Amino acid sequence: MASPTSQLAPADSPSVVPPLLTGNSVEQMRAWNYSRSILTFQRWIVIIGGLTVASLAVCALCLQFGATKLDMGTVMSALSRLPDTGALDGAGGDTSAVIMLHIRLPRVLTGFLVGGSLAVVGVTLQALLRNPLADPYVLGVSSGAALGVSLAMLFGIGTTLAFLPGLPLFGFIGGLLSLVVMYQLARSRGCLPIQSVLLAGVILNAMLTALIMFITSIMDPNRSAGLMAWLMGSLAVTNYGILSSFALYVVGGASLLLQKAQTMNILTFGEETARSLGIETERVKKHLFVLSALLTGAVVSVSGMIGFVGMIVPHMVRMLVGSDHRVLLPVAMLTGGMFLVVSDTIARTILAPAEIPVGIVTALAGGPLFLYLLLWRKDQLA
Amino acid sequence: MIGANEQRVGPEVAAGSVTHEACPVAYDIQRVRFQYRSDTLPDAEWVLNDVGFQVKAGEVLGIVGPNGSGKTSLLKVLAKILTPQQGTLRLFEHNLAILPQQDVARLVAYVPQETQQPFSFTVAETVVMGRFAQRTPTLWSGGFGWEDETDITVAAHAMAMVDITHLAARLITSLSGGERQRAIIARALAQSPTVLLLDEPTAFLDLQHQIDICRVIRQLKEERGFTIVLVSHDLNLVSQYCDRILLLDRGRVIRLGHPEEVIEPEILESVYRCQVLVDRHPSSGLPRVTLPSRPVSQGT
Repeated sequence: MASPTSQLAPADSPSVVPPLLTGNSVEQMRAWNYSRSILTFQRWIVIIGGLTVASLAVCALCLQFGATKLDMGTVMSALSRLPDTGALDGAGGDTSAVIMLHIRLPRVLTGFLVGGSLAVVGVTLQALLRNPLADPYVLGVSSGAALGVSLAMLFGIGTTLAFLPGLPLFGFIGGLLSLVVMYQLARSRGCLPIQSVLLAGVILNAMLTALIMFITSIMDPNRSAGLMAWLMGSLAVTNYGILSSFALYVVGGASLLLQKAQTMNILTFGEETARSLGIETERVKKHLFVLSALLTGAVVSVSGMIGFVGMIVPHMVRMLVGSDHRVLLPVAMLTGGMFLVVSDTIARTILAPAEIPVGIVTALAGGPLFLYLLLWRKDQLA
Repeated sequence: MIGANEQRVGPEVAAGSVTHEACPVAYDIQRVRFQYRSDTLPDAEWVLNDVGFQVKAGEVLGIVGPNGSGKTSLLKVLAKILTPQQGTLRLFEHNLAILPQQDVARLVAYVPQETQQPFSFTVAETVVMGRFAQRTPTLWSGGFGWEDETDITVAAHAMAMVDITHLAARLITSLSGGERQRAIIARALAQSPTVLLLDEPTAFLDLQHQIDICRVIRQLKEERGFTIVLVSHDLNLVSQYCDRILLLDRGRVIRLGHPEEVIEPEILESVYRCQVLVDRHPSSGLPRVTLPSRPVSQGT
């Protein structure tokens, strides 16, 4: 495109320079249908509403499966007795209702909260580190939390703390420490290269796992077997007591993260841009670190190390609903919940009556996707 | 807090309506020294060394200088992205060091040289993010904070100004460098700032869009009273479109003045350490820089 030299003149002679907006661009501007290119409240309601219904359906479906398959009518009639508190104690001698209310329902609900929290932590870490491969398991945050929980179990503390369930607290401290160490290891000259983040996570993971193995080896063999089963990622040990305190952590942590959704959007453009758009980045980063560690700690103390949910689910969800964290976070919560409930159903039915740790199922689903992203889509990640 | 109670009704009112129209000085910078501190390099060199100057409200100031002269660092200091170790900075008579980041962002928009985004936001989503600073902080403003009519209008106007309305629904990751640069400029305009800081705004643009952006810069100054500070390697562009030029070398201000006072062969040669030819632009009469020609041997 060649311009005659004379037109380069800065003097704003009207014949040369068009006004700030020509009539054409004003029309363009008016005609712009913004609901197609930005997230609107209406679209948010439709997406979240739809997925809530889908989540309920998935949970109800998965309640049917287990060592004995129950039909939907039994599931529903058992569920209808839930408001009656007496039903939880005896379930009126009805075996299928006992299975439903005492075993499957708490397990499905715990699975839903665990999966949802892992996905939400994944989304948060990805925004914080600007890295689509970030995941609490891959980065060693889960191992840090597991080490905290293992230490608490070794010394028999945690369970004795009165109101605050103690184990999540130790998980939180362990997770936060490993997150901060990982961040400092990976940070070089103010940037966080994707490869360094992953490398730091791998190394941290290896060291923390060694420490956990050390703890299991000095433990009483009876207890260490239970610890090993928990470490592999399992939703087998759950009851309404654990579930209710865990739900408090999840609801609290997730709503505080949701309150930073817009901030996370801006943070994905990098810290410098975020500052120039009016974000106190240092403060926000600290909040996000603490909340991620809190959720991870709670999850790990309940279900051990379940990997890759925090990476697969956000990746799928971004392709479907876009990157705006106002929709991404709640959708990740619901989808992550559904994903883990289904994975857990597979884990407890595929070799029924025996069951395999759900962490194996998620790792087998997530590992290949992770490798695919790392190897074949390098250009997009760099 | 600045402008916290202001009701912004539209782009025409929004721009330049902040409480500082009476203030003739946008930036007052005194004895600023800055270095990148790190544990491995405790005695790093001063990137900005005793820098002091004023930016007048409503002027277009161009910052030039060789590579590593501290241009970008200076611009980041002005945007409060970097905090200098010594010296004072006043933005419209407010001490920049204690001004909250959001208040800075209401007055100052910054366009970085390059933008990396690993996630697939649309162009419109990116531009609308510029509205963040103008929202009144509430419990949920950092969370949901849905865009209102004003936000949409300002964003649409900003996109039209840099000719990217047709790209609104495209993903920012799928754009060319130049298109992305214009989207980021639109985001800066959507901030409804009074001061615009641009780092190499034309670096990725073709000739047509270079000239478009330069025109937008002049028009923002003349029609909206914007104060604009831009960093560029293009001495000719700076000479044609800037009111004043600041020449930096190794973190020091070498000269500040009108293009005629700065674009002088002796000064440029001493700073850039190479020969340049300076003549006059045929239509504006402003100084024009030409690189020395390659040696052409006679008779071939």
